[in-house]
Amino acid sequence: MGRYVARRLLQMIPVFIGSTLLIFLMMYALPGDPVRAMWGEQAIDEAQIASIKHDLGLDLPLWQQYWNYVSGLFQGDFGTQIASQRPVADVIADAIPVTLRLALFAFVFTVVVGISLGVLAGLKADRWLDKGVLFFTLLLVSVPSFVLGYLFQFIFAMKLGWLTPTVQNSEDFGQLFMPAIVLGSLSLAYVTRLTRTSIAENKRADYIRTAVAKGLPRRRVVGIHLLRNSMIPVVTFLGTDLGALLGGAVVTEGIFNVQGIGREIYEALNRHEGSTVVGIVTLLVIVYLCASLIVDLLYAVLDPRIRYA
Amino acid sequence: MPEATEGAVVAGAATETTVSTVTTAGGAGGSGGSVGKPRSLWSDAWGDLRRNPLFVASAVLILLLLTMACFPSLFTSASPRNGDLTGAFLKEPEYGKVFSPEWLGYDGQGRSIWARLVYGARASVIVGVVVTGTVTLFGGLVGMLAGYFGGWADSLLSRLTDVFAGIPFLLGAMVVLTSFEVRTVWVVSAALAVLGWTQIARVMRGSVISIKQQDYVMAAKALGAGTGRILLRHILPNAVAPVIIVATTALGGYIAAEATLSYLGIGLADPAISWGIDVSAGKDQLRNAPHVLLFPALMVSITVLAFIMLGDAVRNALDPKLR
Repeated sequence: MGRYVARRLLQMIPVFIGSTLLIFLMMYALPGDPVRAMWGEQAIDEAQIASIKHDLGLDLPLWQQYWNYVSGLFQGDFGTQIASQRPVADVIADAIPVTLRLALFAFVFTVVVGISLGVLAGLKADRWLDKGVLFFTLLLVSVPSFVLGYLFQFIFAMKLGWLTPTVQNSEDFGQLFMPAIVLGSLSLAYVTRLTRTSIAENKRADYIRTAVAKGLPRRRVVGIHLLRNSMIPVVTFLGTDLGALLGGAVVTEGIFNVQGIGREIYEALNRHEGSTVVGIVTLLVIVYLCASLIVDLLYAVLDPRIRYA
Repeated sequence: MPEATEGAVVAGAATETTVSTVTTAGGAGGSGGSVGKPRSLWSDAWGDLRRNPLFVASAVLILLLLTMACFPSLFTSASPRNGDLTGAFLKEPEYGKVFSPEWLGYDGQGRSIWARLVYGARASVIVGVVVTGTVTLFGGLVGMLAGYFGGWADSLLSRLTDVFAGIPFLLGAMVVLTSFEVRTVWVVSAALAVLGWTQIARVMRGSVISIKQQDYVMAAKALGAGTGRILLRHILPNAVAPVIIVATTALGGYIAAEATLSYLGIGLADPAISWGIDVSAGKDQLRNAPHVLLFPALMVSITVLAFIMLGDAVRNALDPKLR
């Protein structure tokens, strides 16, 4: 186990270097100049541009800039927000509690509702309930989150008046309810489908027949034997879905005016400023790499037949 | 569709049997199907598809969209760009006048929403098709080479895939697109394709690895077939089914991604016509003129739904595990 983790961590190094290099190149090697963009349509003062570039280290050769960027990452330095001159790490630290609350809410909603629906549909494969659930997930996948967000806002806040259209207080879970559901909807569809397929496949397995023959109550057969063995594809998906969840937060937080990470990205995009976006995306890459390692280790917990040498 | 697939269960219960019938029928074709002749995976799948109402519905919708993208003037006589601010500002829809310019009302610049919907189809279709095509070709190539050659080539290509897969799709596309001042459909497509190919590469690699150990590949090798011939004539036709499944479903996702990026103001921009832009333009009037936002939103959803339904139908027809 320890050796497996060590090997996986070593394998993560080239992927980490590659991903950060790629983001870095996307940001700096492509045309466009964020410093120049600060001036907008106004007359440009070349001397001032040169001095800002010098302060930010943007006049160094590309490889040196990359080195500064990566070595900064290890010291918790995710770059500098060009417009406010604040460290991106501070911006992230301010915004992340809100986004974590929202993402956690969405995640719990996805897991609880998705797995329940998936189990129901999987047990009744090819019946009406199953077809209904499948069609429901089809609709969820098809409606992009920005459409769903405005649809919810229009129906539940403006027409019915049940909820506030935007989030004024992000500590209030009642207000986070609508954005969280919108954020989790796409994952919900995938979790439901994966659970359904997995359950429908495994319910004919020998160990299920054994469990039923032993006279175990149905609840135990489904809840322990069937569910635990069917969770591997779902856990894999949930682990790799974290990045998408935070990407979706850009849209959801914009619609519902949640002051989180997604909102920061959205505002940075509107200012045409890459450094904030790059800092946050780098953080997400690290989160993604860790999550996929944790998912791999979880396999052994879910299925004791899987061992790591 | 249990009634349609029941008969095929015996023939295609195991992947191996299905796969070997494909080779006896001479690779990809779909011409077989007469009694007595061994039916290929493809002709079986086509038979399944034709009887699937989900497939028929999505095919009709997609054909309609394609026509709209190629010949928008068939559907509307109104211009999507010239608005009439004095006469038609935010005018309510007149549902009785189907397909006329005033059918779905006018937006905040007095432009016919129906005309905007019709002309917006082109951007969505181009992005969807171009991204899916590029991604399938490139990802398929990488996956095939990695899967077939194994060893250091596999390690290298797989790590490369990991690198690109580690970057969140939508956010990565945003990073790429911030660098471009002018973002045409081709730039948006390229940004999506650069980050989208990894899924196909992984699926293709897995598929090729399982196929290359089949007896008929060994036989071809023993008969002295070259690498190119083995890859293209023996492995590709048998390994491509899972790739097609993933690609059809992904197409809908790319269309949704384009709309999302354009909505965020980081994808297409005026004077390009995109449903995402129209949703974004309508968001400030959601309370007093909801039709400005709701119709383009509905159009995106229907389009994505059509492609996702197609992907589902193709999956049902091609995946032997579901038979």
